[in-house]
Amino acid sequence: MDAFVSHTGTAAPLRRSAVDTDQIIPAEYLKRITRTGFEDGLFVAWRRNEPDFVLNRPEYARASVLVAGPDFGTGSSREHACWALLDGGFRVVISSRFADIFRNNSTKSGLLTVVLPQVDVEALWAAVEADPATEVTVDLQANEVRYGDTTVPFQIDEYTRWRLLEGLDDVGLTERNLPDIEAFEGTRPAWLPKALPVV
Amino acid sequence: MPTTLAEKVYEAHVVRSAAGEPDLLYIDLHLVHEVTSPQAFDGLRAAGRTVRRPDLTMATEDHNVPTLDILSPIADPVSRAQVEALRTNAAEFGIRLAPMGDRDQGIVHVIGPQLGLTQPGMTIVCGDSHTSTHGAFGALAFGIGTSEVEHVLATQTLPQYRPRQMAVTVDGELPPGVSAKDIILAVIAEIGTNGAQGHVIEYRGSAIEALSMEARMTICNMSIEAGARAGLIAPDATTFDYLRGRPHAPQGADWDAAVEHWSTLRTDEGAVFDSEVHLDASTLTPYVTWGTNPGQGLPIDGAVPDPADFADEGERRDVEQALAYMGLTAGTPLREIKVDTVFLGSCTNGRIEDLRVAASLLRGQHVDADTRMLVVPGSVAVKAQAEAEGLDRVFLEAGAEWRGAGCSMCLGMNPDQLKPGERSASTSNRNFQGRQGKGGRTHLVSPSVAAATAITGKLTAPADLKDTVTV
Repeated sequence: MDAFVSHTGTAAPLRRSAVDTDQIIPAEYLKRITRTGFEDGLFVAWRRNEPDFVLNRPEYARASVLVAGPDFGTGSSREHACWALLDGGFRVVISSRFADIFRNNSTKSGLLTVVLPQVDVEALWAAVEADPATEVTVDLQANEVRYGDTTVPFQIDEYTRWRLLEGLDDVGLTERNLPDIEAFEGTRPAWLPKALPVV
Repeated sequence: MPTTLAEKVYEAHVVRSAAGEPDLLYIDLHLVHEVTSPQAFDGLRAAGRTVRRPDLTMATEDHNVPTLDILSPIADPVSRAQVEALRTNAAEFGIRLAPMGDRDQGIVHVIGPQLGLTQPGMTIVCGDSHTSTHGAFGALAFGIGTSEVEHVLATQTLPQYRPRQMAVTVDGELPPGVSAKDIILAVIAEIGTNGAQGHVIEYRGSAIEALSMEARMTICNMSIEAGARAGLIAPDATTFDYLRGRPHAPQGADWDAAVEHWSTLRTDEGAVFDSEVHLDASTLTPYVTWGTNPGQGLPIDGAVPDPADFADEGERRDVEQALAYMGLTAGTPLREIKVDTVFLGSCTNGRIEDLRVAASLLRGQHVDADTRMLVVPGSVAVKAQAEAEGLDRVFLEAGAEWRGAGCSMCLGMNPDQLKPGERSASTSNRNFQGRQGKGGRTHLVSPSVAAATAITGKLTAPADLKDTVTV
């Protein structure tokens, strides 16, 4: 996973709530067995069917910060949704509320999800709609979103922040605790099921 | 201190707990399917890692599986490659696989319980959000992403934070023709599509205790549609009776030890939930969704809502967008909505009881001339059971299509899809835009509403049929 320290770019205002993972990337794009190359599926139905869709507008075509309505990422567990956003050039998604699995996946794939109160999301929408060239900085070291004269602090749990800043791989971290895992396995009741075929 | 059922199960699986870090949670069962696993296996290979506990891991093919001509190679080359990748990975890493054609094949959330692999008090994960289904047994079961699939394959553990606790209490007796699906659609309509975010839901109360295991699975299945991390129900005699004698259930003295332990898995008197929701089952009617998320549902007696009735600008915009996509006009009675396709199946409602209830309404009836009905059993075993009971003949004689097992039109990764503009009544779990096929329009319903709707061609409650046909 790439480390995330700070990112500056333009932002796209996605004024929709409960954006589900089927909209972020439809199931037909999940048949691929690679981890990259999902940009063609990103919001594909809205991009194809709605000429006015925000990402179809040239002034937002190069945005790297997505500012969405509440409950972004509801639905499926597909991490492809995070990969598609990254492949589509986004490094940050800002929303007042994220679905749990999406948010968890984002922390594993290096996409920063920032929770801001809806009033701050509205202000950011207004700013980037008034001037799409507005540069937005999302600074994970300072825990701040900055644009124009505005600075908005955000919270993120320290452990996730540390992992993102360092770009650390969870599996490697867990493997340091192998003795704990082995000790736990010694305590599991013998009657717990095994998935091996029953003969 | 009194604790909840979910807290007990969580606590019993903490491998390591340290200040400033997530807990490390042991995973008792990891279910794997072809869509969310290939990149995880690639990750293992790239790092030279193995699967730590292949004996606690089981794979099946479900999302891409065609429901016709299932013994031939998959026609779609991309789907075929994904299924073949799973076969290669299962063989290379020593994981049991139930492939297409195998008697144990089926939707991953149908086969776990059916084999008796899903048991009370376990932690169960799968790269699929509907893993919450297994919570019906009093297991802590939740969906994970591909990076986490890789993590569980490599370590049999997951870093986790303690979830918040929500109680959904449903008391009272369900009226005839109203089912578990209607309970959960009513809950989601009440709390919203992300209303249980960060929480594990425990479903409790007399109406929940009265449900069969399959009905409990329907409820827990859609916990994710309320935004919950998981949903569960305390195990009881219904749970034990379901499990007894299943291939992977404990036997002999082990069974007795297991039941003794399972019987302790209850929320303590006085345990505190972070939030609570109450529902009176006796007031429920069949629910249907009108919009493009599962929270946009109403009793079937209702009408399509009017965006003008929503004070909040964001909500009004959401309703306008949903109606535009769904091709619906505000004020239209829900019963006047005509459907092209009825889909009976999925991990929500593709089990034998679902097929039985639908068949009971379709027996001697005929599917409306302008409507097609697809019946897709959740597993090969469900299909075999239905055929042994003659349900396949009931569906076929009524003019429905009887298909092979898989996820099918729930998400249209196989050829079973809606065409643009087509409208379905579907027993699945998501009515998102394009979910069942590009431009497709989905109304979520229970199996009995699905069957009644197939007969009339319009959204119909089973009780409505008494006026028009002899049930």
